[in-house]
Amino acid sequence: MPRPEPARPSGPTPVSSKAKRPAVQGEPLDRVIHERQRLAIVSALAVNPVLSFTELKQMLGMSDGNLSVHAQKLEAAGYVDCTKGFEGRVPRTEYRLTKSGKAALDAYLAHMEALIAAVRKQ
Amino acid sequence: MAAQPVKAPAPQAPIRLHDRAADNLAFIRNTMLRASAFTAVPGWGMAAMGVIASAGGVVAAQRLSPDWWIWTWGAVAVLGCVVGVLAMVHKSVRTGQPVWKGAGRSAVFSFCPAILAGMMITEMLYQHQLEVLMPGAWLMLYGAAVCAAGAFSVRIVPLMGVTFMVMGTFAYLGRHAVEPILGPLLGADLFLIVGFGVIHIVFGLIIAWRYGG
Repeated sequence: MPRPEPARPSGPTPVSSKAKRPAVQGEPLDRVIHERQRLAIVSALAVNPVLSFTELKQMLGMSDGNLSVHAQKLEAAGYVDCTKGFEGRVPRTEYRLTKSGKAALDAYLAHMEALIAAVRKQ
Repeated sequence: MAAQPVKAPAPQAPIRLHDRAADNLAFIRNTMLRASAFTAVPGWGMAAMGVIASAGGVVAAQRLSPDWWIWTWGAVAVLGCVVGVLAMVHKSVRTGQPVWKGAGRSAVFSFCPAILAGMMITEMLYQHQLEVLMPGAWLMLYGAAVCAAGAFSVRIVPLMGVTFMVMGTFAYLGRHAVEPILGPLLGADLFLIVGFGVIHIVFGLIIAWRYGG
């Protein structure tokens, strides 16, 4: 049985403001992208404007079910935009990183860098 | 019988928070590097280059004039280059990955220096009538160019470059074994057909199969 996701901080994530200033010690991490496989999806989409389901699956070595579940969670958080269509007769699902997804990744990077910087100062 | 006291497992050192943060940053960087690799490597184009090289080797072996051999291989190089570039542009348009931006641009620029060095070395060897050394030099330098470009592409590309370099080494070291049987230039044709022909075809088909054409 899958472990329930830890609750996200309530309300919309103020990601863009977080990205601009160093993360404050004790500030909660964005649990949606902290999970490794979701972090991988967001990182891959940060350097590619669009990736299909198959491309993501091959790139990250994930199973269909795993990728589908994690992509849905990112989509529900508004970090990823999913478009379903057809290429000829073959269904094609494409993913793009949204603005808030990009901001969330920036905020997460800033948070990690701030953590490292804080330890170096000590 | 007295029960054995159960030993508590040695406590593991806790993972420090900043180590985990550094690990996460490295994970993001590596994922981005992998995801931005230039994947518009033309598998079918490479296989076509291999067919051209194999046919060129047969034509070069005819020796219809004194410079026939070198001009034939020169023509093979130009034709192969044109086919390779057209195939790469076609695949990059199809996959929406521009050749002249990002990893594609880096791959192209990394490919060129060893090729230019190869052209100069060919001229030097030609002037000194050392054609028998050309196959080894061509294969090794082409392999070096492919390895350099492969740093910005999928893993199979640098592996292909290493294979060319190994073949170039065989061409240089093995020519003494082949020359008494086939003669110097026919022996060279054999190494070039296996190198530029067979290696391109084999890797081209693998790339076409695994990376979408």
